[in-house]
Amino acid sequence: MSSRHLSAIAGGSLLLLALAACSTTPPAGDDAEAGGLVGTGTGAECSIESEVPIAAAFSLTGAAAQYGSSQKNALEMAVDDLNEVGGVTYALTVEDDATDPQQAIQVFDGFISSGASVIIGPTLSNTAKQTNPIAQEAGVPVLGVSNTAAGITEIGDYIFRDSLTEDAVIPQTVAAAVEEFGLEKVVVMYSNDDAFTESGYQAFAAALEDEGVEVIETLTFSKTDTDFRALLDKAKQSDPDALVVSALIEAAVPLVTQAREIGIDAPIIGGNGFNSPALISGAGEAAEGVIVGAAWNSASENEQNVAFIEAYTERFDGAPDQFAAQAYAGMQIVDEAVRANCSGEREDIKAGLGGITGLPTVLGDVSINENRDAEHEALVQVVEGGKFAILD
Amino acid sequence: MQLFVDGIFLGSIYALFAIGFTLVFGILDRLNLAHAAVFSAGALVGIEVVTRWGLSIWLAIPIVFALGALLGVLIERIAFRPLAGRHDAHFAGLISSIAFGAIILSVLQALYGADTRRFPADAFPSTRLEFLGATFSLLQLMILVISVGLMVVLTWVVAKSKLGRGMRTIAENPHAAAVLGLNVGRISSMTFAISSALGAVAGVLFTLNVNAANLGIGHAVELKALAVIILGGLGSLPGALIGGLILGLAEVYAVNTVGSSWRDMVAFGLLFLVLIIRPQGIFGARKVREV
Repeated sequence: MSSRHLSAIAGGSLLLLALAACSTTPPAGDDAEAGGLVGTGTGAECSIESEVPIAAAFSLTGAAAQYGSSQKNALEMAVDDLNEVGGVTYALTVEDDATDPQQAIQVFDGFISSGASVIIGPTLSNTAKQTNPIAQEAGVPVLGVSNTAAGITEIGDYIFRDSLTEDAVIPQTVAAAVEEFGLEKVVVMYSNDDAFTESGYQAFAAALEDEGVEVIETLTFSKTDTDFRALLDKAKQSDPDALVVSALIEAAVPLVTQAREIGIDAPIIGGNGFNSPALISGAGEAAEGVIVGAAWNSASENEQNVAFIEAYTERFDGAPDQFAAQAYAGMQIVDEAVRANCSGEREDIKAGLGGITGLPTVLGDVSINENRDAEHEALVQVVEGGKFAILD
Repeated sequence: MQLFVDGIFLGSIYALFAIGFTLVFGILDRLNLAHAAVFSAGALVGIEVVTRWGLSIWLAIPIVFALGALLGVLIERIAFRPLAGRHDAHFAGLISSIAFGAIILSVLQALYGADTRRFPADAFPSTRLEFLGATFSLLQLMILVISVGLMVVLTWVVAKSKLGRGMRTIAENPHAAAVLGLNVGRISSMTFAISSALGAVAGVLFTLNVNAANLGIGHAVELKALAVIILGGLGSLPGALIGGLILGLAEVYAVNTVGSSWRDMVAFGLLFLVLIIRPQGIFGARKVREV
């Protein structure tokens, strides 16, 4: 029942958006086989005769297997939900990239030659950097649903993503924390030998400047460091209103634990690396009061999200995570892009993805900007009572 | 004062690793690069014992000690002993110990995965102590005491005990040692066992201290421990302790005076400075080969 309810929301919102795009004339297919992918009508009225082939490459085994499996679950659920709406039917193929860029390249080659209309994935940014240029060259649109590294959508004009980057989340996090705690002076800490945390630091520094917060001290460490007491003592001496930290989870847990241990009680504001249940399970009590921005939170009251969590939990016997939500939203976005021009052709989907504006999804209202990156409101969370709660 | 105390405690971790390391490196003249993997194994198995079996940390440490000793014997038997007769035994052993370390890490990864793991929050009392205005934890103090204690006990063992005399004889000339009736294999095994047992326990203490353990923690400390051994003087146990403390202090003061980005440069720069002035290290004796 709940999944049908969700489809109704998705379908209804598509109808409204579709009205804006009704003058588009679908271009003819490039080859005979693809001819059936162009339909009639637009938006919710769109009807395509053939099934639209959707391909997804996720890491179902290997180091990132945990992420890949929730992506696969959510995507399958999204396809089932959207197929119930009618008019357009999607045929989903999910392949395993084994958390290995080499295997992912094989998988992408297979998708491209088998005529996939759009590729969703791959799970990791590192893999995406290897695979996406192949799709770009072949002219197949790719929608990343979990890549957050810089330089993904820059690969080319066929590469899109719905996963918010740190650059999008951090300014919102900083603004919320400044408002909540009236921050005036902070100490910034980051690991300066890792590309992700370094770019997170850049975003923090810019956001703090925009908010007029004074950075008393900037301390750097190595991503392999585990003992932060010397740095934290130095931070403590400057008596900051908050610690701002850009670190991966491996460093985040010991850093937070040791900060509390030496008596730093100020709020700790973390980058994307902190957005993990491992922070709470690892740092325990010490994690209380840590603030971290996220693209998605299970406590979000967005109506679609509530329905999504209920349906997902019922179907897969476990709560969805951010990867699941972003994968589900990814399919909602693809559906919107297909219906915009009422065509499952690669070029038309590419054009449709570029035109996504204010599409209601489980992530909130998503727009795709001129850099082919998603924009939507981030959620600023605070650890409270051993859980990520929404800061308000 | 807090800086000094931080430096001493950071250094005592390096010393703890280096003391086990230098026992084999300095005394038997073998560089056992599987030591870092034993360190990780000690940490991860210790966590397993405490979380899965619900044992207290005080029972887990002897278990990890025994496991480390067993690994030490295996490393000696598999990675070093078969190569003992080769003229390039030093380098061959170094390479085969890297391979053995990789095997240990693969087994650990298969068992526990690549995720960072940690001891439960209440595994060790989180008592805070204060001394001359500086605060530190009971655990940090214990690590320092253990490092100093180990250094004293092992120095005595190497210098005075029968085992120690055997070790030194083997290092000097394995063939002569065998001719003298020493059981070369047994003494080598014992040395590796003690060294690895200490390495494994060091892994547990390190993990308790920083609240994080993963496959890579051994490698993160290994390079520093090598530096500490060179700084202190090859094969010198007091040197490993003092070298560790100096490196710890250097890092902490570098962070606080020069800047955190310069930490490793200052610390390792200091290392080179010492070696220019005293090439044999602080406690190292100049080796004179008499013909």
